Amino acid sequence: MQSSDKKSSTEGQFEPRIVAFFCNWCTYTAADLAGISRMKYAPNVRVIRVMCSGRVDPQFVVEAFAKGADGVLIGGCHPGDCHYQEGNYKALRRTELLKRTLAELGIEPERFRLEWISASEGEKVKAVVNEMVEQIRALGPLRMKELSKEEQTLEEEQAPEEVAR
Amino acid sequence: MGEGKPKVAFYWCAACGGCEEAVVDLAEKILDVIQIVDIAFWPVALDFKRKDVEELADGQLAVAFVNGAIRTSEQAEMARLLRRKSKVVIAFGACAQMGGIPSLANLWDRESIFRAVYQECPSVVNEQHTTPQTQYKEDGRTVTLPVFWNTVRTLSQVIDVDYSVPGCPPTPKLLLDAVETLLSGKLPPKGSVLAPDHALCQECPRRETRPEKLLLKEFKRPHEIVADQETCLLAQGLLCLGPATRAGCGARCIEGNMPCTGCFGPTSRVRDFGAKALSAIASLADSNEEAEIGAILAKIVDPVGTMYRYSLAASPIRRRRKGGE
Repeated sequence: MQSSDKKSSTEGQFEPRIVAFFCNWCTYTAADLAGISRMKYAPNVRVIRVMCSGRVDPQFVVEAFAKGADGVLIGGCHPGDCHYQEGNYKALRRTELLKRTLAELGIEPERFRLEWISASEGEKVKAVVNEMVEQIRALGPLRMKELSKEEQTLEEEQAPEEVAR
Repeated sequence: MGEGKPKVAFYWCAACGGCEEAVVDLAEKILDVIQIVDIAFWPVALDFKRKDVEELADGQLAVAFVNGAIRTSEQAEMARLLRRKSKVVIAFGACAQMGGIPSLANLWDRESIFRAVYQECPSVVNEQHTTPQTQYKEDGRTVTLPVFWNTVRTLSQVIDVDYSVPGCPPTPKLLLDAVETLLSGKLPPKGSVLAPDHALCQECPRRETRPEKLLLKEFKRPHEIVADQETCLLAQGLLCLGPATRAGCGARCIEGNMPCTGCFGPTSRVRDFGAKALSAIASLADSNEEAEIGAILAKIVDPVGTMYRYSLAASPIRRRRKGGE
């Protein structure tokens, strides 16, 4: 990664934007607990509450990256604890294949993470978020949206003049 | 060719030519078609030149069927020209609709493609390292070539598209239906895909043999088994994208005992076909252990080429990211 890539469009240090899908029954409650317990963790996550990690369609992840997220985090109940019996297993299966797919498209595995965080693990929310923010900070911005725009502009400039008729 | 009949154009961009075949496959039915329309431009089959389109008034073409993705500046230019001259533009076939197989080249870029094709390919002898240039001067004359884009695009990413006809290639029946629909004057909402809006499984001839709860310990590739001709292919372990793919093809591949590869693209409820197909297939892995799930899914050797086979350009991600490894 080149150093110029590391600069964010805003001034100063690059602040990763992470979209987090937290399941209502475990991880969201854990994030709540972290808040109530006044734990401090990186403010880079935008949490979206979903009923189950199994509700997170791979389309959501793809869309988040395409629209400017630098990382996507999915939080669900530990294996065996799913409120809906096996939603988290579905999330796990999809994550396996989605990770490889994203890697093939040039999105590093560190940018997409699935974690089991129970309702009592506020501490783990803090640890996972902090770690992920640091990893992505080291990787630099993803810039999917900007790259696509820059390329389009470049190609329009290169195109020979159309003969107006 | 009559004067009063609506004028129709067919054009070919970045595609294999199969969509043109679909028009030819109308066979004698094409006689019915030219009873009601006047083919004003169809360079693959008849002697038409670009000026034949240029000479038309804006909007004089009733319909332009454009097949193929947009890979070069020339294709973009022709697409824009046809757009201006046509009342309705139809993205005809998977490449125009979603980028198709040509858009898998978005896993590479212009530089690496040129290097592979003009240098590294074992059958290529190119000692002077010649690659196509957009301009070349000889004897005071300038010869130009279109720009080869870095990224393959769908037709609707370049011009305004009214409808799509899916398929690789679309069936002649879909083409006839499309012509009929357009001439009936009862136009569907703009942006519609002119095919049924449900998944292929719903009209699959093997539908009854699909188990209610389907889980797989192993995915198999078509050359590894002799597939039973009556049982659901997915239940036999073959990677069939029927659950995620729009119907309307008449299950031709299934009839040929081959699994669906997804050329009809998504239904209207899905935005990114590849991600949805991935979701449908990965969920079938019959394990709750991370390592075992990984082993089962490892059989899908090329996830992008499998799930996004026809739709990489249409995905929100669209191409392999530059600089990412």
